[in-house]
Amino acid sequence: MLDRSRIGHEFESFSAEVEKGRLRFFAKSIGETDPVYWDEAAARSAGYRNIPAPPTFPFSLDMDGPELLPVIDFLKMDVSRILHGAQEFEYPGMIYAGDTITVKSKLKDIFDKKSGALEFVVMENSYTNQNNEVVAKSTCTLVYRNA
Amino acid sequence: MSEVVVGTEIASLELPPISRFTLALYAGASGDHNPIHIDSDFAKKAGMPDVFAHGMLSMAYLGRMLTNWQPQSRLVKFSSRFLTITQLYDVIMCSGKVTEVFEEGGQQRARIEVIAARKDGTQTLAGEAIVAI
Repeated sequence: MLDRSRIGHEFESFSAEVEKGRLRFFAKSIGETDPVYWDEAAARSAGYRNIPAPPTFPFSLDMDGPELLPVIDFLKMDVSRILHGAQEFEYPGMIYAGDTITVKSKLKDIFDKKSGALEFVVMENSYTNQNNEVVAKSTCTLVYRNA
Repeated sequence: MSEVVVGTEIASLELPPISRFTLALYAGASGDHNPIHIDSDFAKKAGMPDVFAHGMLSMAYLGRMLTNWQPQSRLVKFSSRFLTITQLYDVIMCSGKVTEVFEEGGQQRARIEVIAARKDGTQTLAGEAIVAI
């Protein structure tokens, strides 16, 4: 069983630059067809100050720290037994190419189902840009297969 | 824009079959380098039949459908549960339907039920978006 005493832990925050090339690569990898996601001129004429990061991109920022996902080592999890259970985003703002985003993560909860055969690890994250605006929040639920 | 009411369906999005190439590109671009999605040997050792798609890849497809419908600046919330693993060669279809129109934060907003499913109808992701209209 994962160590419940770790609930509430706040991970050391880190900052990540949102590079234009990375956003273009991301757009390509999801087959995006809307040019605002790779063409700066199209983005500006759509009213954005630069190429926007697509809605699910904050999850990629979670993995821009020193480790893939720090919670994996922190709870001594075996990466091959982890599945993604659920993901939620809130968008108080937008993330753009050129931004520097500070990612803060907290271990919100751990619980189990099926008599411990499955454990759920809930992470809460926030994303703050260089102007000190919280531009996104997310909740990520990982499923850990014990059986 | 035409009126958004309960029952309004947003334009669906059908994706090409999931290939190893799709997964390799997404792993690199997304930063999710978990080998279970790109290394067959690793996936088999973990008890899986083969590599399988990142849940977040399908959620990104749902995001494409939403931002095709309304500009991203109108997206307030977006959530998804991952119901079934998306396997290699699966053809994913994204769809969405307005389930509620309400006022919040001084805005008219729509609640949209979003679903990603395989061709046989098996749902892989089910979620919800709140969009200002």
